[in-house]
Amino acid sequence: MLIPGRSAKQGTSLNQGKLKEEYKEVTSTLEMNTDDMKKIGLVDGDKVRLSNDIGETVVSCIGKKPEDLSEGVLFIPYGPPSSQLMESDTAGSGMPLSKHMMVDVEKIKN
Amino acid sequence: MTEQKSNKKTEEQNKNIKIVKDATCTFCGCVCDDMELHVDLDEKRIIKAKNACVLGRAWFAEHTIEDAPAALIDGKEVSVEEAVEEAAQTLVKAKFPITYGLSDTTSEAQKQAVAITDYIKGNIDTTTSVCHGPSGLAFQGVGESTSTLGEVKNRADLVIYWGGNPAESHPRHFGRYAVTPKGMFTPNGKKDRTIVLVDVRKTKSAGVADILIRPKPGKDFEVLWALRALVKGISISTDIEKETGVPLEVLTDLVERMKNCRFGVLFFGMGLTMTRGRHFNSGALLALATDLNEYTHFVAKPVRGHGNVTGADNVVSWQTGYPFGVNFSRGYPRFNPGEFTTVDTLSNGDADAAMIIASDPGSNFPKKAIEHLKNIPVVVLDTKSTDTTKLAHVAFKTATYGINTGGTVYRMDDVSIPLRPAFESPFPDDETILKAIKKRVHELILKKNDSRGASGEAKVAAAVNPL
Repeated sequence: MLIPGRSAKQGTSLNQGKLKEEYKEVTSTLEMNTDDMKKIGLVDGDKVRLSNDIGETVVSCIGKKPEDLSEGVLFIPYGPPSSQLMESDTAGSGMPLSKHMMVDVEKIKN
Repeated sequence: MTEQKSNKKTEEQNKNIKIVKDATCTFCGCVCDDMELHVDLDEKRIIKAKNACVLGRAWFAEHTIEDAPAALIDGKEVSVEEAVEEAAQTLVKAKFPITYGLSDTTSEAQKQAVAITDYIKGNIDTTTSVCHGPSGLAFQGVGESTSTLGEVKNRADLVIYWGGNPAESHPRHFGRYAVTPKGMFTPNGKKDRTIVLVDVRKTKSAGVADILIRPKPGKDFEVLWALRALVKGISISTDIEKETGVPLEVLTDLVERMKNCRFGVLFFGMGLTMTRGRHFNSGALLALATDLNEYTHFVAKPVRGHGNVTGADNVVSWQTGYPFGVNFSRGYPRFNPGEFTTVDTLSNGDADAAMIIASDPGSNFPKKAIEHLKNIPVVVLDTKSTDTTKLAHVAFKTATYGINTGGTVYRMDDVSIPLRPAFESPFPDDETILKAIKKRVHELILKKNDSRGASGEAKVAAAVNPL
């Protein structure tokens, strides 16, 4: 499950400008449980493709200790890459499921 | 004092510096109004923001005067007047124009946006619909036991954060309002409070928590409902741990703490509103706060994101009767989330023109909504270039609220706070642009009514419309 959300770095970099490199980099960095990373042969900095029925996006990943981020849970500072995976159906509420996205993770070979 | 600090001080003394005391930071919903800004008047930039958090420092440092045109039509530089004319024509011609955004501008500008939307019989919605919109629905269904942040500071001895990470999103929430400040009945600050954090991740906010509870993702509603049952004395099976990831004894302990505190508060974030359950999650939390008032004083407050998103709720509510997702197509306001909210008006292909004020749906909305936005004429008002300004038919670069312009904003607890600007901008502010668009829209509508041979009564009604 992918959870896009705020981070301090995302907050400071958006003040510089959302079209600037730092913001793009921050919103393209995925946090992933280190045990999950090992299972699919990932190390910090590797590129992965996130995909679901809505779309796909390519991001870099960094490891988080299993006690901080549970198995199967991914976190990314929200921005254009996470929007690519967001369902537009709001179930009559106005709110898309912005923090509850089921995605597939695939390692991109160098 | 180190040599480096001393040099910095001398450097500042040699500059043309203005000090603005009690300025307000409008980056997040805390809208801290104790800033001391040191403004370099020659360079037109803020060189120091005393009392600001890491986000506030970036907000003040990065909002400088950009060398860019004040107005563009299809990417070509035009005068502000020409852009106003094109914006007004675009909105009046449309059959389903939408107004969206408004969370990073003054309440004075928000009022103008409502007026324009009323004139053009359009649809107005704010970023609330993709933030705490579900909480807005829950307020209507369940009610809200509320308080100001000042009451929290002075009275709260049990503070629960649910589904949020204030350490990174609202860094001063802990120090200014809810965790460490010393209040009237909390003279020892954090020592007088118990802090509970409920989140699926162990975030930086966990550092302040006395108790950390981590439900399985998507199980907030079940945890909240179990707490409600326990508060009411209904027994719960130990299987609750299998379902939610939270052991029964942890829930029982929390219930005892909630029932026996003197003043409890539940601060909740988008971990509840943006996940499965949406308004049911917020509603369950609000109902829990209400239940607890059988035993003690308990309140619940949403932690709001943008600097004046709370103002947007207030202004749209007192002008239309509803907080967001409001449609004027029949000549009177109608509220229907899921139909008149912006992700829906765009994704369903309803909107045929848009006016986006101080927000960036071109970056943060679902792909389908962004695709539709690319296919309709869009008027954008923003201080910086974004994915939304890139797709604009008419784009205005505007002054930054709280830095270049005064006005009013609402803190996340609905307390209104005045802004004290630091330095002037060559760009007009949102209110000025919107007033000009409103004036021109009004003229065009009167002209259109004339050419259609509107009745005298209709003309009078249009002319005296109290906008």
